[in-house]
Amino acid sequence: MELLSHLSLGFSTALSLQNLAYAFLGCVLGTLIGVLPGLGPLATIAMLLPVTYTLPPVAALIMLAGIYYGAQYGGSTTAILVNLPGESSSVCTTLDGYQMARRGRAGVALATAGIGSFFAGSVATLILAAFATPLSELAFKFGPAEYFSLMVLGLIGAVVLASGSLVKAVAMIVLGLLLGLVGTDVNSGAARFSFDVPELTDGISITALAMGLFGFAEIIANLEQKETRETFTDRVTGLFPTREDFRRMIPAILRGTMLGSALGILPGGGASLASFAAYSLEKKTSKYSHEFGKGAVEGVAGPESANNAAAQTSFIPLLTLGIPPNAVMALMVGAMTIHNIQPGPQVMTSNPSLFWGLIASMWIGNFMLVVLNLPLIGIWVKLLTVPYRFLYPAILVFCSIGVYSVNNTVFDVFVAAACGMVGYLFLKLRCEPAPLLLGFVLGPMMEENFRRTLLLSRGDFSVFVSRPLSLGLLVAALALVAVVALPSIKAKREEAFQEE
Amino acid sequence: MQIRRQTDFLSGLMFIAVGLAFSWVARGYTMGTAARMGPGYFPFWLGIVLALLGVGVAVGSVSAKAEADRMARWDIKTLLWVLGSVVLFGLILKPLGMVLSVLVLVLVSSMASHEFSWKGAILNAVVLVIISTFAFVYGINLQMPVWPAFLAN
Repeated sequence: MELLSHLSLGFSTALSLQNLAYAFLGCVLGTLIGVLPGLGPLATIAMLLPVTYTLPPVAALIMLAGIYYGAQYGGSTTAILVNLPGESSSVCTTLDGYQMARRGRAGVALATAGIGSFFAGSVATLILAAFATPLSELAFKFGPAEYFSLMVLGLIGAVVLASGSLVKAVAMIVLGLLLGLVGTDVNSGAARFSFDVPELTDGISITALAMGLFGFAEIIANLEQKETRETFTDRVTGLFPTREDFRRMIPAILRGTMLGSALGILPGGGASLASFAAYSLEKKTSKYSHEFGKGAVEGVAGPESANNAAAQTSFIPLLTLGIPPNAVMALMVGAMTIHNIQPGPQVMTSNPSLFWGLIASMWIGNFMLVVLNLPLIGIWVKLLTVPYRFLYPAILVFCSIGVYSVNNTVFDVFVAAACGMVGYLFLKLRCEPAPLLLGFVLGPMMEENFRRTLLLSRGDFSVFVSRPLSLGLLVAALALVAVVALPSIKAKREEAFQEE
Repeated sequence: MQIRRQTDFLSGLMFIAVGLAFSWVARGYTMGTAARMGPGYFPFWLGIVLALLGVGVAVGSVSAKAEADRMARWDIKTLLWVLGSVVLFGLILKPLGMVLSVLVLVLVSSMASHEFSWKGAILNAVVLVIISTFAFVYGINLQMPVWPAFLAN
């Protein structure tokens, strides 16, 4: 079995003392930011990108991945105990998890979320390992035309599944693509859109952009709202679910895992979408549907399994095709490029220990997270009592120092502040910033493949539709747009995102 | 004609302006042909695409079917305290060093909260200075000035 030898290579890498330590650190940080509302994995990973510069690449990626899936665990704690989604992916958990807490079943809700997440995470890791090889082999058949079309499909997919206006989201992608082009053109060496600012010839720093758009803008938005919350932080007892709970949660966990794994692979999928889909699936299929919204255990088990499964499988397109399916993965591209690793099918062959080590670390990380989140729940609960007025200056400090240290220049600090302003503008204009970040990362890659395709075809644009693989990808992209534009589906889609 | 969806109308204008600006600047670079693209080709057309999408968004906002909304009020004061503290940090980091810059960053940004108190802010600032000194300077050896330049020598 090839898979087994790959996995054993992976585990031997992931089980080294250093990598275990970084996986643990990532999981702790992920849980921490997951628990804290208003600080998401996106801002945290952006914050820590510069720190990973000094680490070996495997350790760096293991830690950053741990933050992402760790946040899925932590997010459920806040959702259940405070009725606030710690992460956007745990919005659904607030619906039934909080109701369970109000009925004195907070412990069971937390345990359900933990068990579901662990099962889903383990299965999704296996799926990731199984899919990796065939998909990368497919990717090697891709020429520049196919890559360009694949990116079009990926970007379109990323927005049709997102909430809000489709045209607006596409415009945000294009804006991101344009921002990604700032800096030196690799083919001609000409500095573009840099306006003679030497710092801009290297392009806009992805750390500064992500921190401004997601970190700073979010803080300002949080400070605007002044609300009080009711918490159940001192009432966590009776972690162990009853036999009846188990009977009801197991099918929900299985369904959530399958749905989450599938949605995670799709471009634009990821943890948030998966949890929404799983919640509506449970609500529709359950024979206890009248209990939903009043503390149904399925309403916690389904979405929590789905978001963790999706967090894991969304690594598949990144690691095999080199295309990030969501904004967190776009930052992972940033992390890989810092270490001179070009994401794509060649990672698996040129860097097998990194590839399989990362996958194996996810399984180990999931195990650590169960331990971190269930027996040690009391520590995390304490964190929820830290008031926001102490928290956000700390976030600002870590962001500012982090963004400075990437290139040791204060210019990036100013860029981050400017991006914070732009991010706030986007918030007020109801423009989702995540597609922009995706476009930003893919901009240079897309231009490169576009140019190469047309160079090979001597300027003939029909090459994109005359090559069957490329045509297929473009047709799929078009079909996605058409499907969303259909009036009946449009209404459904708006309804589905109403609950957000 | 009535603008029903103000957020979309303004976003549309923003996309048009930014798209045209990118195309305008890109015109200054070598365009080349489709087979041999210069550095201006791709951004020029991408800028046009953005402007067209902006037109689409803006036109949609005046349609009778558009859900009416208005842009939410800007909280300029909070924005200025938060982003101002970050800019201030950037300005004084090199001359005054990390310790003082973090102190200033925390104190100034704390003003943005409606629960601001000097005691809490100062305490928080001191704690964060200690944490960042140990984590960033001694922990992972980030290269940056720690103390003011005139004291360091």
